[in-house]
Amino acid sequence: MDTKSSLSNNYRRRHASDRLMTGLIYVALILAITPLVLIIGDVVVLGGSQINLDFLTKLPVPVGVSGGGIGNAIEGSAIIVGMATLIAVPVGVGAGIYFSEWPESRLSYLSSFMNDVLAEFPSITLGIFVYIIIVLTTRTFSAVSGAFALAIIMIPIVARTTEESLKIVPVSLREASLALGIPRWKTVIRIVISTGRSGLATGILLAVARATGETAPLLFTAFGSSYYFGGNLFSPIAALPLLIYTDGISAYPQLQAVAWGAAMVLVGFMLILNLTVKLLIGRRFAGVRAEI
Amino acid sequence: MSARSRLNGDLILKGLVATAALAVVILLLALGVELVMHSDLSLSKFGLSFLVGTTWDPVHEIFGAAPFIFGTIVTSLIALLIGLPIGLGVAIFLSEKAKGKRVYGYTIGTLVELLAAVPSVIYGLWGLFFLSPLLKTYVEGPLHNYLGFIPVFSGAPFGLDFFTAGVILAIMIIPTVSAVSRDILNAVPNSQREAMYSLGATHWEVIRKAVLPYARSGIFGATILGLGRAVGETMAVTMVIGNEPRITANIFSGGYTLAAVIANEFTEASYPLYVSALVEIGLILFGLALVINFGARLLIWRMTKGTRFRV
Repeated sequence: MDTKSSLSNNYRRRHASDRLMTGLIYVALILAITPLVLIIGDVVVLGGSQINLDFLTKLPVPVGVSGGGIGNAIEGSAIIVGMATLIAVPVGVGAGIYFSEWPESRLSYLSSFMNDVLAEFPSITLGIFVYIIIVLTTRTFSAVSGAFALAIIMIPIVARTTEESLKIVPVSLREASLALGIPRWKTVIRIVISTGRSGLATGILLAVARATGETAPLLFTAFGSSYYFGGNLFSPIAALPLLIYTDGISAYPQLQAVAWGAAMVLVGFMLILNLTVKLLIGRRFAGVRAEI
Repeated sequence: MSARSRLNGDLILKGLVATAALAVVILLLALGVELVMHSDLSLSKFGLSFLVGTTWDPVHEIFGAAPFIFGTIVTSLIALLIGLPIGLGVAIFLSEKAKGKRVYGYTIGTLVELLAAVPSVIYGLWGLFFLSPLLKTYVEGPLHNYLGFIPVFSGAPFGLDFFTAGVILAIMIIPTVSAVSRDILNAVPNSQREAMYSLGATHWEVIRKAVLPYARSGIFGATILGLGRAVGETMAVTMVIGNEPRITANIFSGGYTLAAVIANEFTEASYPLYVSALVEIGLILFGLALVINFGARLLIWRMTKGTRFRV
């Protein structure tokens, strides 16, 4: 009798702690997701009302003047992210191909490790680096330096996703191609890359999303500007995240409202890119399963 | 002829992609070299005292980085204290509880990943206008009133302080900690779990006694990776920490971090020694990031035997 009740006590205690911990895990889940809901909610509520055609296309106006917009910041971001993509894609894809197709070489091991380190690097130090090598030499803040700083952020992301999407291309495909006498370089380009291309696209989109939101490395490279891009790549240029930062910390409610409107544009762009990526990844895995 | 052209094609492709891989190595090395070279003024003037000097006074050309190092450590510790249990909880949910419920787990996983996609400056804006007043009234106030006798909570609630910066960082590192830990937990062999279940263990007992101990070093790696992210984070912290170089036990006081001082003062640095001191702060960050990342990667690589992860 005694043993039995102590057994059932023990049993009850163990199950109580099981339920308690399960409960705590759900609490953690709620705590993790609440900020996302709050952030998106606040951005939509405060930023959504700002959005109209003028806001998206006009230049900023001084405090006290009504109207105006963030057209130059959207244009500037598009230009520097576009240039950064042109630099980062060849280097990133190239490095990714090397990691995936020549994994046994010493350079591959070293470089892929450094690539991982670079991916997690404090972006502000990249800003200092680019300031030293470009801004100091050209003696001006510029679109070029901003693009270069963003490219350094994009390269590791593109390289890593390229490597991963090429690695899941079945070995049998490579072997079949090589067995037909097709040279290795043609096999890599025509078979491996074309099979893994949706993965490559995913990586590039992720990198673009990340670069568009980066602020810290642009503070002393692109620098920001109140005008449209004038055609000179060696002059300061506006960018969406820079505008959110400077207007957000300003003391004027009018500028703060502009910051929220710009935040809405940026977050919207982010969500669209990331959900596109999710769809691409879903398709990619579906495709892989069908092939095997 | 055809053998020759084939050889050349292979060599050209390998040469091109190897150059790209080499570029990554050169970038990181050049980064370190340039930071060292351009902080030489400050390095030679202050030496090691730069790290322990508590005065940061550009007007009188006195530079000590201790308040910034202190601020970076305090905010990162608060971030880990809050972010680690939550991130680990999410990881346990994704790998142990949501197994077999694919849609459910996928949705939660996607939402947490989206948290990582939100740009830092948006966290800063939200922190400045919402989180800071919210924490000041509902968290800092009560903590000060009831636990004010502890030095940590002794200050009057301020809102723009170490605590708010730490909470923002916690939110930002949750996706890192949970994504890496989930992959680590998924790498724990099922035989571990089955053996424990067959002894009649409850779900939690399986997690605590068979899964977590097995994954310990990997989870430690995930934690360090989260720490790395917190240490280097700039914009969000700059916007909510108050930007006052101060060393104090009171976490409701304004502070400053390494990354934040660079963001705020770099474009205003008006003479070479000032710039050099800020570059040296960048060098400290570089060193920290290097040590933290190497450590974390080694732990994670060891745990998962070379498989690499998307973080």
